[in-house]
Amino acid sequence: MPEVHGQMGHSIKRVEDARFIRGRGNYVDDIKLPGMLYLDIVRSPYAHAKIKAIHTEKAMKVPGVAAVITGETLKAYNLHWMPTLMSDTQMVLPVEKVMYQMQEVAAVVATSRYAAADGVAAVEVDYEPLPVIVDPRKALEPGAQVLRTDKEGKKDNHIFHWEAGDKAATEKAFKEADTVVKQDLYMPRIVVASIETCGIVAKFDAVEGQLTVWMTTQAPHAIRTVVALVAGHVGLSEEKIRVISPDIGGGFGGKVPVYPGYVIAIAAAVVTGAPIKWVEDRSENIQADSFARDYHMTCEMAAKKDGKITGLRIKTIADHGYADAACNPSKFPAGLFSVATGAYDYDAAFVEVDGAYTNKPPGGIAYRCSFRVTEAVHAIERMADNTAHELGMDPAEFRMKNFIKPEQFPYKSPTGWEYDSGNYGVALQKAMDMIGYAALRKEQAEKRKRGELMGIGISSFTEIVGAGPSKHFDILGLKMFDSAEIRIHPTGKVLVRIGVQSQGQGHETTFAQIVAEELGIPAEHVKVEHGDTDTAPYGLGTYASRSTPTAGAATAMASRKIRDKARKLAAHLLEANEDDLEWERGRFFVKGSPDKGKTIQECAFAAYTNHPQGMEAGLEAVSYYDPPNMTFPFGSYICVVDIDRGTGEVKVRRFVAVDDCGNRINPMIVEGQIHGGLTMGLAPALFEELTYDENGNIFGGTFMDYLLPTAVETPNWETGETVTPSPHHPLGAKGVGESATVGAPPAIANAVIDALWHLGVRNIDIPITPAKVWTVLKEKGMALEE
Amino acid sequence: MSTHHVKVNVNGAVKEADVEARLLLVHLIREDLNLTGTHIGCDTTSCGACTVLLNGRAVKSCTVFAVQADGGEVMTVEGLTSNGKLHPIQEGFHEMHGLQCGFCTPGMMLSAVALLKQNPKPTEEEIRWGISGNLCRCTGYVNIVKAVQYAAEKMSG
Ligand code: FES
Ligand code: FES
Repeated sequence: MPEVHGQMGHSIKRVEDARFIRGRGNYVDDIKLPGMLYLDIVRSPYAHAKIKAIHTEKAMKVPGVAAVITGETLKAYNLHWMPTLMSDTQMVLPVEKVMYQMQEVAAVVATSRYAAADGVAAVEVDYEPLPVIVDPRKALEPGAQVLRTDKEGKKDNHIFHWEAGDKAATEKAFKEADTVVKQDLYMPRIVVASIETCGIVAKFDAVEGQLTVWMTTQAPHAIRTVVALVAGHVGLSEEKIRVISPDIGGGFGGKVPVYPGYVIAIAAAVVTGAPIKWVEDRSENIQADSFARDYHMTCEMAAKKDGKITGLRIKTIADHGYADAACNPSKFPAGLFSVATGAYDYDAAFVEVDGAYTNKPPGGIAYRCSFRVTEAVHAIERMADNTAHELGMDPAEFRMKNFIKPEQFPYKSPTGWEYDSGNYGVALQKAMDMIGYAALRKEQAEKRKRGELMGIGISSFTEIVGAGPSKHFDILGLKMFDSAEIRIHPTGKVLVRIGVQSQGQGHETTFAQIVAEELGIPAEHVKVEHGDTDTAPYGLGTYASRSTPTAGAATAMASRKIRDKARKLAAHLLEANEDDLEWERGRFFVKGSPDKGKTIQECAFAAYTNHPQGMEAGLEAVSYYDPPNMTFPFGSYICVVDIDRGTGEVKVRRFVAVDDCGNRINPMIVEGQIHGGLTMGLAPALFEELTYDENGNIFGGTFMDYLLPTAVETPNWETGETVTPSPHHPLGAKGVGESATVGAPPAIANAVIDALWHLGVRNIDIPITPAKVWTVLKEKGMALEE
Repeated sequence: MSTHHVKVNVNGAVKEADVEARLLLVHLIREDLNLTGTHIGCDTTSCGACTVLLNGRAVKSCTVFAVQADGGEVMTVEGLTSNGKLHPIQEGFHEMHGLQCGFCTPGMMLSAVALLKQNPKPTEEEIRWGISGNLCRCTGYVNIVKAVQYAAEKMSG
């Protein structure tokens, strides 16, 4: 096969860099329209309170203030509540009571950011504080105060019960086990905190009835449809709604939900007739936007003496805040949590999740992961390590013994998934070789004799991404296919438009590479567009590592349709029979006479200048790709930590990540995503958590105390790869953006517990902060004190 | 609110504006001068997305008042390219894949430029400390460190 520049596997440099390194990106806050007003939001200091009165008179007198919007204003249009993606409801602005600290209470529109902020400061609200529930376990206790009094007949704070697996078979497996290891694990509440916060510019043309919004969204088409459905009654109609997701400064799941601020801004644009900009500040982003995780898991693993796993049981309480505003596919209230059986082969598993309301911000979304997969992987990988230790086995040996074997794929998991492909042992072995596992174990034993604390942690995860097959996956009824539209211009240059959208993933580069691979047109001749609902084909957007599995596949399929038509054109040009033509990358030639051929560019030119009679002119194709299955990327990570007995600090000395995401489109970009993902795995493992006091006051609501890792805390990640293509994806690719965030936390936590196991320590919940470790060391008489 | 007339040399051209005393330098740059390459990522002087050079030193422009820059020289990301030629740090970020979403990138590059001015041959450790006032959520910093090393080499070579 001839090579073409930018084909799959080439680490070409990114085309989007050109504007970003010159400061010429176009992010939402960079958009400035004539006559634009700025919106700022009054927020609640209480986590639960009745609103007795909102006084807006003083605010209206502040120079520059144009309007103050309250729940009553929106109620007149029946827009004070909105649906969530999980068929729950959420307030846009409250009329009766607030349900969490920092909830939106009113909005001020003014001629500048500064005037809007002055206006916010001048709005006075009378509250009557109500009792607060912050702990979801307390929320579910009988007799607990019912929080959602807006829901008629609601008698408790229970949102849903969901389960997967075979309960009876699992009970039997546990009865017959030689060992049962049980552990409570808490996955803390965290926020994605992309460096760009959320924002919107909304413009409404009353004469045309046209609404245009530029918005930090990962799913512009879905937003357009949702706006059309919830605001149809005020005259918005889908063909006149245009949602543009321009350059986005990181998404990670945080830009999937519809936040009240967006809706208020749209309402304000419709009501005032002026374009409105709302950009939240960081404190609002951390304290009020959708959170991730917050899973209280009780995990049990059953095993035989020889180390064979025989069963898994997990009972979870999920804190959703005051509304279930998760962004899961509709039929999956606990996302894909049932992938928790992991990379291991056993028959019996039962996992269940109960959702609870509390006085916290609504959610929960993913944090760079595919719908609760991180929680699942944390559970199974922490349990694998604890069980291995309990049995006195090396955690690597334990995993090798239990892995699903390569010949078992496609593998039917006990909770009902069909894993497409995997070769887990090879990935773990490679990670062990890269890090020098045996030597590290020796070093650890020697150090332990000297009282030094060093740990080695493994995580051999499998993900489940690429949602998803339309028979199972939809969001508000919208099936989770994705799309691509390709036009070949007469000169052989290409325009590709895709239904997914980039927030830094580099789609403008990688989707061009898919076309280069499939059509043999150099990537630099392929222009990729996305994020504008007026021009891009309908798609469900980018999250849950779904771009490559869905729209990537659609791009390949559309390319193949083009190739089919190009074959007819080539046959016409060569006066040959279609069936006598062979394809090599970029060119058709007559079988047996390789010099008699036509390039794809020549075919393209013919499509507009010399197409055969009876054939439609032009060379275009569209594909809406409905994946037959999910893809299951996997990997093995090994982490080495040293624990400072003087401070309790955990230092990640080395971290080797071997990832298998099938065939790689651009290895440079894949590796970059893994680096970033690992850092977002390190973050909740050691630093990040949103915590609340019993009154629902948030601790750690700014970057001063919600700690993102800097370059200093982040280790120099070492990466490796194995390649096990997906058998059902047209490119054999699987998606990789989130693997590392999913796989890294248990590797780090396992390393810490590995360092402390001999002292009797079985768990420290993440984030494993110096304070927590110090407390444990002190208890065990291991703390070094002056 | 008192207003003040400020004169700032931005990327080599003198700009004048009447500003409120409380106007932040970052807003002068972004809103009055329409140089939107300088970004805002926080409200606690933590993220460094707003980093510019003020009189040759890296500052977080969200924590400097516009009036404090009066009479001074500011360099933003838009000033890195000269005569259409990329600065070595811009080249480094592109060549070493030091950016993904690009939001932290302008501030990151200006911190790096300031670092290399002080310390033309930094070690990896010194680079990591040098950019530790700038947060990146996408890259995990590995390739940002390489980008700075690329620029250091290019500038000294
Ligand atoms: S905007 Fe974050 S430090 Fe200036
Ligand atoms: S590249 Fe996205 S924050 Fe750094």
